[in-house]
Amino acid sequence: MDSALIPKGVKRCPLPKFAIGISAVGAVLLWGVFAMLLCWFKGLNQTNMNDYYGFALWIWADLAVIALGGGAFFTGFLKYVVGKDELKNIINYAVLIGFVCYSSALLILAIDIGQPLRGWFIFWHANVHSMLTEVAFCLSCYFGVLTIEYLPLIFENRQVDKVPFFHNLSHNMHEIMAVFAATGAFLSFFHQGSLGGVAGVLFGRPFAERSGLFIWPWTFFLFTWSAAACGPCFTLLITKMTEAITKKKLVKDNVVDLLAKIAGWMLFTYMVAKIADTVYWAMVTTPENGFAIGEFYSNWFYNYWWLAAELGTGAVAAIILVTRAGRHNKFSFVIALISAVICVCLNRWVMVLQVMAVPVMSFDTWALYYPSWQEVATTILPVAYGIILISISYRYLPIFPQEHELNSVE
Amino acid sequence: MKEEGKHGKANKFGMVIDLDKCTGCGSCMVACMSENNVSFKEDESDKRLSITWMKVYRITNGKKFPDAEECFLPRPCMHCEGEHSGHSPCVSVCPATATDYSTQTGIVSQIYTRCFGCRYCMAACPYHARHFNWWDPVWPEGMEKFLSPNVSPRMRGVVEKCSFCFHRYQLAKDKAYMDGRREIREEEYQTACTQACPAGAITFGDLNNKNHKVYKLVKPDNKHHGKPRNPHAFRLLERLKTNPKVYYLSSRDWVRAAGDNYTVEEKRKGITSGSGSGH
Repeated sequence: MDSALIPKGVKRCPLPKFAIGISAVGAVLLWGVFAMLLCWFKGLNQTNMNDYYGFALWIWADLAVIALGGGAFFTGFLKYVVGKDELKNIINYAVLIGFVCYSSALLILAIDIGQPLRGWFIFWHANVHSMLTEVAFCLSCYFGVLTIEYLPLIFENRQVDKVPFFHNLSHNMHEIMAVFAATGAFLSFFHQGSLGGVAGVLFGRPFAERSGLFIWPWTFFLFTWSAAACGPCFTLLITKMTEAITKKKLVKDNVVDLLAKIAGWMLFTYMVAKIADTVYWAMVTTPENGFAIGEFYSNWFYNYWWLAAELGTGAVAAIILVTRAGRHNKFSFVIALISAVICVCLNRWVMVLQVMAVPVMSFDTWALYYPSWQEVATTILPVAYGIILISISYRYLPIFPQEHELNSVE
Repeated sequence: MKEEGKHGKANKFGMVIDLDKCTGCGSCMVACMSENNVSFKEDESDKRLSITWMKVYRITNGKKFPDAEECFLPRPCMHCEGEHSGHSPCVSVCPATATDYSTQTGIVSQIYTRCFGCRYCMAACPYHARHFNWWDPVWPEGMEKFLSPNVSPRMRGVVEKCSFCFHRYQLAKDKAYMDGRREIREEEYQTACTQACPAGAITFGDLNNKNHKVYKLVKPDNKHHGKPRNPHAFRLLERLKTNPKVYYLSSRDWVRAAGDNYTVEEKRKGITSGSGSGH
């Protein structure tokens, strides 16, 4: 029924089957939209946040999706700036995943703020000293870059491509894509870092505070580093999941292997830096503020397991990905990708929620929180949206340049 | 920081709370809510959702009878100056400049109509002095007629906090102007909590003015971020370099020690604020 829209030479499932799948995910999306509307119309009393937990699940989700979406900027950086040409076979998908992640982050932010209609104040009344201001500017600009990178893909749809204007526009945009990729990489280095700075500059919160270089706390660099390491792992994980769901090979092994190897070394070096940062923070920064590191992990919920899980998953992923045998074993490879994703998500979690949980005044108590269903639904909303956008894009757009070659249709 | 502004000599308004005098009666909290049009809900049982510009904490020495002691500690906004003027934990992070540090008064302001409710300032404040309006402000029928016309009520979705009754400062300035004076007198600008405290535990004034009671009580060393010279005076979380303008007085070592955090090693060596050893 929709065959005229499907790229030439590739096979897609029947439209009814596709529609049923989209409807099922769409139901989840609608649930999230309902929760979103409740938050917008009734206010943030719909959440379980409180004055101790001003930052909670949504801010974690924001930080996590932006880190996971880092595959777009780093793959673009490798392809267009460093010159790793093989990555042209996965860059489209990295851009699409990045677009989903960043649009999700912006949506969550729009729900998270108490006065959504005043969101533009962050640009109009910008405080240049605030890390969040830098995040807002770079995030918005980079989302614009991702949109520019995603648009040519839409123009390459079989029917849209027939329109000469879109065909030529798409061609010309491809010609100058290196400029946008470089711009995107530049913006991402800053906003990923600023997101790390959001926690690192909190000198009133000893669990978050880090020393650093000039105005930038070490978390600034660690966040950029971890996004560059774990973002591509997420791109590869979603690629593998897509291959499993579609029962097709979509990207050649050498491409996957190259990106995995680079991500592995990024993760390996990140883990060395992260461990060094943790040791310095525990031995120097924390005692200077009158705390022992053990106090930060003395709660029944927030204990050393969080630190062990974060460092452990990162180490496992790094070791597997830097070794040829680890990358070439299907099982260990997927374990590595999942571990890398968990590692960065755990990092973002503790840098948001554990920061809020740890008591600072000597007579204060631990603050624990669990999200309301509205918070959960609005956090799942972007996941549903992502699945739908990726599914539609995969069905109608030439996302994977090697798909035809790897799956010839008789 | 310029000590002299275009409006004359810069003030640094601050507060001294004598914990030996505080009985924990809560008059300061009530006066504050009434003075500043703080809204409330039918159910205030979850204190982490309650808006309390001034909050009285009950702290204990952790010992059992007969050695058990307790102390009540009122906590307004600390109006932190930070290591350099205006580098308060909250002011430095607000992305929309909705909270600002006045070098003229030393007061950390909150601009309700500019705040868009990101709550980054709340995450930054270690004193939990900032509160979010999770609900629309609603008062029981008829009570809205008794709201103060000098303080704007806050809408849902914005952060609010103690302003050191800034509207009283404005009124005092207006009066001084009408009287042909540039400076206001100490008694002309006093916060509601100061005046409401039946025990006289709260003192308010200009920490830059050697004739004001607050200065005499703590003798702030303004060359060293206002560190108190009075050995019985301390500030909350002084080690975090927030440089607050609210000082506490206590003759009890354990109370002064509770004002900050110390490692086991420091406690063993007796390095706590209460010991007078400094840090």
